[in-house]
This record gives sequence, structure tokens and C-alpha cells, in this order.
Amino acid sequence: MRILSCLLRILALAMLLALQPGAASAQSADDAFVRLGADSFSETNRAIEGLIAQAHPQAAVIIEALAEGRLLAGGGAVVVRMPDGRMLDARTGATLAAAPAGLAAVRLNNSVRRTIQGALGGLGLLNPDAGRRIAAAEAVFKSRDASLLPVLEGAIAKESDPRAKAALRQAQAAILVAKPDAPPFDRIAAIDVLRERGDQDALATLRSLPADASASLKEAQARAVSDIEGRLALWRAGQNLWYGLSLGSVLLLAAIGLAITFGVMGVINMAHGEMVMIGAYTTFIVQEVIRTSAPGLFDYSLLIAVPLAFLVAGLVGIAIERGVIRFLYGRPLETLLATWGISLILQQAVRTAFGPTNREVGAPAFMSGAFEIGEMAITWNRLWIIVFAGLVFAALLAILKLTPIGLQMRAVTQNRRMASAMGIRTGRVDALTFGLGSGVAGLAGVALSQIDNVSPNLGQSYIIDSFMVVVFGGVGNLWGTLVAAMTLGVANKLLEPYAGAVLGKIALLVFIILFIQKRPRGLFALKGRAVEA
Amino acid sequence: MIARFLLQDMDRRGAVFLALIAGLAILIPALNLLVPAGSPFHVPTSTMSLWGKYLCYALLAISLDLVWGYCGILSLGHGAFFALGGYAMGMYLMRQIGSRGTYGNPILPDFMVFLNWKELPWYWYGFDSFPFAMLMVLLAPGLLAFVFGWFAFRSRVTGVYLSIITQALTYALLLAFFRNDMGFGGNNGLTDFKDILGFNVQAQATRAALFSMTCVMLIAGFLIARGIVVSKLGKVVIAIRDAESRTRFLGYRVDRFKLFVFTVSACMAGVAGALYVPQVGIINPSEFAPANSIETVIWVAVGGRGTLVGAALGGVVVNYAKTIFTSGFMAPYWLFALGALFVFVTIFMPKGILGTAQDWWEKRRRPAPAKTPEPAPAE
Repeated sequence: MRILSCLLRILALAMLLALQPGAASAQSADDAFVRLGADSFSETNRAIEGLIAQAHPQAAVIIEALAEGRLLAGGGAVVVRMPDGRMLDARTGATLAAAPAGLAAVRLNNSVRRTIQGALGGLGLLNPDAGRRIAAAEAVFKSRDASLLPVLEGAIAKESDPRAKAALRQAQAAILVAKPDAPPFDRIAAIDVLRERGDQDALATLRSLPADASASLKEAQARAVSDIEGRLALWRAGQNLWYGLSLGSVLLLAAIGLAITFGVMGVINMAHGEMVMIGAYTTFIVQEVIRTSAPGLFDYSLLIAVPLAFLVAGLVGIAIERGVIRFLYGRPLETLLATWGISLILQQAVRTAFGPTNREVGAPAFMSGAFEIGEMAITWNRLWIIVFAGLVFAALLAILKLTPIGLQMRAVTQNRRMASAMGIRTGRVDALTFGLGSGVAGLAGVALSQIDNVSPNLGQSYIIDSFMVVVFGGVGNLWGTLVAAMTLGVANKLLEPYAGAVLGKIALLVFIILFIQKRPRGLFALKGRAVEA
Repeated sequence: MIARFLLQDMDRRGAVFLALIAGLAILIPALNLLVPAGSPFHVPTSTMSLWGKYLCYALLAISLDLVWGYCGILSLGHGAFFALGGYAMGMYLMRQIGSRGTYGNPILPDFMVFLNWKELPWYWYGFDSFPFAMLMVLLAPGLLAFVFGWFAFRSRVTGVYLSIITQALTYALLLAFFRNDMGFGGNNGLTDFKDILGFNVQAQATRAALFSMTCVMLIAGFLIARGIVVSKLGKVVIAIRDAESRTRFLGYRVDRFKLFVFTVSACMAGVAGALYVPQVGIINPSEFAPANSIETVIWVAVGGRGTLVGAALGGVVVNYAKTIFTSGFMAPYWLFALGALFVFVTIFMPKGILGTAQDWWEKRRRPAPAKTPEPAPAE
């Protein structure tokens, strides 16, 4: 008789659950509290599921308490002890004046903990905040907890936010794909949903399809997997392209000043890397001063450092030109040696003043962090450096094309003696050019301080790459430098996944050596009638 | 005939240099081996090896002077040829270790056993034979220089562009030799040598012999370089340095002359490297570092570009100064001194020590001859 009534009750419960979830609430909730008091792990599991399925208003409080061992049961009462010591009636949430006697904490084992884990996910699915719902859906997507399927279905039916709805659908699909007893049609539809999602997680979910899947399912899975892989490969290529552009902009910053001085004076300035280093150390000093005297300005430190670095490096450059290079006109190879000597002196001077170790240069708020586009991660500092490189390039272009000094520089680049005969003071142009080139190197130092170690060797690590950019791009044309820097940067990063970082770099060096044979004056050579430059 | 080629027009400077080096070749080993250790005339083995190292640098400097001083090719990658010669010698010495290595493998050097390699890579074949290794000391740098020069000189890459791509060459080799997969010991390089031709490399007598050999090779290198520059071919080479286009228009195949001098010079640098390795006891990829090659250029500039003797002198003087500076309390200032040397020499002593001394000497002997302005090449 009891068995029969029990069976009937379960039958009725099942029907009610299927037809009218709301109506069953009171009864099954009562049921859940009875189960919680039963002091049995399996009963506790089912009680949790029951609470979730009914979306009991106190479910979150109860399950959290259970997870932390604050749920007490005994003598038909279920009580939540709040962290502050108050006792709540689990059923109603009302504060109890006195705790009933005979309470004991509801015990946990791993199975219960797993259920709680899933249940918390399920709770999140019903959270009023859409962001929370999406996060919960993601968690379910990863856990693929089949017991949450009914909750998911309920949530999808109620969902109004399109993004949350998509996330919920994907979570549902992840469960359905792996669920052997789901209808085949639903599973194939689920594969479609996953294919649309198309990221690494979707791929992992699809790959973990059980072995017993039917042929049509397997076929759909294989198609979806290859589809996603194709799309991911595209994203990876996009990411590498981005890295390449980022490296290219760094190379552009480091090389463009060198290209100017080389173009105008025919001199490869071996101390150029040290100008970059000086710019980076200027940034460091600016930040130190701000840290000690005006911490509120820290976010503007780079903005302050930019003009200062330009000035400091530019003045050092002019000093070098007036002090040394002036005496070596017409002897480009000797100039190369003298500037190398200067670079050694500058390096050692910085090492003596600041120590040989790396110096910490912080990132202001707008430079830190990252965001994602599809499958690509983009860090703010790289983005800003690309923007900065573009601005510097545009500014230089404007100086060369629009200002009188730019006109004179171009004249000297094309024909020094003719320019001199036309009344241009070539010595002054040389000094200013050298100052400008060095100042731009200082700007590069500000940018590099954000992505590289600020140490006395900073310049050395960029100088050879800068040379490559300049000889590849050719002189007398800033566009050549731009094209060369971007080509080398992108080629480097696209080669890296296949050849490895070192081999890729070697390949590029060999390429440049061979390229110079073909075009001994670089990509964009100045056309002229001189036999020799 | 060869003697005539090598000794023609020997001037007093060259003769003094030859006599000095020949004297050192005999005197220093004798003072090391025959004079007892307590005597003030005894030369310690470490000092002898140190000076052996300087003389290797002197040979490297002469090889660079041959291309830079006489042909106007400023190679910023001569360290690469030096290091390649050194690696060829190092590979021979590695094979001589045999089963005495830490892992006791009779064929494979220790680092290959460590990397779990099963057999010797093909390019290590033959290096157990001394003649083959010596051939490679000449061939490896020579071939690289030939191929590189073939392309570069034919397409008329000159001046700063050439300097930069020679630097790219040595930089690429630096990166390549740092890789373990290359099979040259990665960043540790080759070391722990035991025997050379059956003699212990650490032994005093072997060191003395190596020192004498270095002197002999320095003399040979000097004679060959001098033979080239005073010959008819040398005249063309100097003409190329001073007015390349004009020489070309006169009908000379400029690229071939350059290629010849460049290749000879690279072989010479390789020999210097090969002598350097057993005396120093290690060869590693840092020898390829572009900074080393640039330093070699400054030796030549300090001693006197285009004088051969001056280059050798510069190699010894700068390195001796480096040893003095970097071993004492002045160590932090070495880079200041070296940097200042670069600047000072290029501005105030464009002819180097030897050239400046010679000018001064001539001015004293024949005070102020009527100076005729030198006509500049009109191109």
C-alpha cells in the first residue's frame, strides 16, 4: 500500500514536472527538505537537483551553505547558519529566534560536491544579471553536466538577451553532443551550434564525441571539425599578422631615424641604438620623478617622456655630430667606426650611472591589459605602439615635405654639392638632420621601454635589425623604410611558427644579403646620374 | 721564384718586422722551456699562450688590412672567417678526444651524446684526420668568402652597404651556431680538448710549439699579403681602392680582383682562428659576434691602415691594453678607453700609429718639402 502510494506520488510528480513545473514547486520543495534531512549522500544529491529544478527562491543560499558546511538539519528542520551566526529557516529564509535542538551539519562527499558545483552553475543560469548568466553558461559549456539540461531548457525559454541566449544554446549543445541518449536530430543540430561558435573549446567538445556515435553524426562532426580548424587557422594567421605588424612598427620606430641620417649624410650611425637606449632611460627617469613627487601624474608619464626623450636624444645627437662626425666628412667608413666608439662610451656611461641590471618602467593604465577580437588577443601596449609609430612616421613625412628644413634635407640627400652651391648651409642641415634622427630614436626608446627590458644593452639588440631595415628599404625615401620594416616584421612573425624564431631570423638575414645583390641600393633607391654614391 | 715573389722590394720596416717575429718564434719558447722557472728570464707558459693569442689576432688584423687597407672593402664580418677556421680546428680536436670524454663514446663528442644523437652528422666526417681538418681551415672560410664575394662584388655592392651585409653574415652565423641542432655544440661551443697530433694540448712543450707555429704562420701571412700588394695585381687592387669606377673603365675586371683578395684574406683569417683555438682551449659562437669583427677593424685602424706591419702592431697593442685594463681596478673603464680609442684614432690619427710615426720621422729628416696638393679623383 505504501509502495503503491509512493509510486503514485512519483508518477504524479513526474507528470507535474513535465507539464507544469510551477505547480509542483511546493510539493517537491518540501520533498527536497525531507531529503536534506535524510542524512544520505544520494538523497542530498537529489535534494539539490530538486531545488534547482524548481528554482526555489532560497536555493542559492541553501546550496552555498551546504558547500561550506553551514547547512544544518535534524528533527525535520533544515536551518542555514549564516556566516555572522544568525540562524535562518532554509524553507522560508526567515530568521529564527533560537536554533532547534538536535541539529547536525549536512555531510558532504565528492559526489555531493560535484552536484553542488553543477548546481551553482545551474543557479547562475537563472541569475537576473545577463553577464552572470553568460558566465554560468560558459561554465556549463566546459563542465558538460547533463543534469543541468532541464534547467538550461527552462532558461533558454525564458531568455530575452540574445547574447545570453546564444551562450545558453551553446552550453545546451555541448551537453547534447556528448549525450548518447539524446535524439540524433538534436545532436546533429547541436553540432551545428558548436560549429557556429567555432573556437578552441568548441573544437575540444566536438573532438570528445563518444565513440558509439552513429555514422551520420560522425560525418557531421568531421565536417564541423574541419570547418572550425580552417577558421581557427585563419584567426591564427590573423594573430601572427598582428604580431608581425607590431614588430614591424617597432622596427620602423628604431630604423626611421637611422634612415634619415643615412639618407642625408651617407653615414651609418652605429650609436643609433644608444639613442634609443637614452630615450628609454629618459622615460625611466621621468617615471622615477613622478613616482616620488607626483604619483597622481603617473598615467601621463609617457606623454611627458615623449618630448623629453626627443629633446635629450636629439641634443646628444647634435653634440655627437658637432663633436665628432663633422670632422669625418667624406669618409663614411671611418664615421662608422667613430660612432661605434661613441656607442661603447654611451653604453658604459649608462651602465656606470644606472647599473647593468634592467630598470623597471611601468605601464600607465591605458597601456596595460588586452582585449579580444574573435580568436585574437590584442594587448593595448602593442596597439598604442603601432599608433605611435604611425604618428611619428606621419610627422616625419610632414617635416620632410612641408617645412623649409625638410626641403633642404631632401636637397642635400639628392645632391650635396649642388645644394651647397645653391646656398644651403649643408653643415647646419647635417647637424639638424642628425639631431632629428637621434630624437626619433629617443621616441623609439619611449615606446620600447613599454615592451622590452630597459638595460644598457637595449640599443644593441635593435641596431642590426635597424640596419637591415635601412639597407632593405633604401635611402632617401621614408616609404621605403616603412615598407621594409613592415615586410621584415610580418615575414619574421609568419616564418616563426614554421621555422622557429632563430631559423626564421637567419632566413631573413640571408634573404636580405641576397636581396642586396639584386638591388644594391635597396627597395626604393634614389635615381640619379652619379656613378657612385 | 716564390721567394722572389715574397721578398721583392722588401723595405726596412718589413724586414724589421720579420726579424722580430722570427726572433720571438725562437726566443720565447726557449725562455719558456730551457730557462728554469725561478729565473727572472723565464717566460711562464700562460704568458706565452697569451702572446700566442695576440699574434693570432695580429694575423687576423693583417688579413683584414689586406682587404680594407689595400682594397677598400670594410668587412665587418671578418670575425666569421676567423671563427670558422677555429671551428674546423675545434672539430679536429674534438675528434681527438675519442673515448676520453665524460660519456666515453669513441666516436661522438660529449655534447652529441648529451643531445642523444645516434651517429655523427655527415659534416663531421673526416675531421679525425689532421690534413683534412687543415684543408677545411682554409676551405670553409675561403669558400664562404668566395661565394659571398662572388655575389656581392659582381652586383657591385660597395661601401657602407657591403659593410652592413658582411655584418649580417656574421650575425646570421652567430645565430646559427647558437642552435644545438647545428651540431657544433650550441652556445657552449667546443672545448675540453686533449690532444693535437698526439701531443697533449696542455703540455708546456706543445704550447711552445703552437707559439712558434703561430709566429711562422704570421710571417707566412705577412709575406703573402705583402707579395700580393707589391705585385702588379696589388697595384690594380690599390687602384680599385682609390678609384673603383675609373679602374673599371680602364678595362680591369674589378670584381675578380676584389674576389681574389677577399678570399685570400678569409683563408688567412681562418688560419688565425685555427691557431687561436688550441692556445685558448675553447671556441664558441660568441666569436661570431658582430662586435668582435668591429673590434678587429679598430686594431687595423690603430696600427695603421694599409701598412700590414701596422695592422699586426695594432692587433697586439690593443689586445695587450685590453688585458691590462680588464684585469685591474680599471676594468669598468675599458669600454670607455676602447670607445675613446675608436673616436681618437679616426679623427686624429687616420694613418694609425705607424703612419703617424712615419710622417713624423720623415718631417724630421727632410723638413717641410714643398707640398704639392694631391689631386682628388675626378668622379
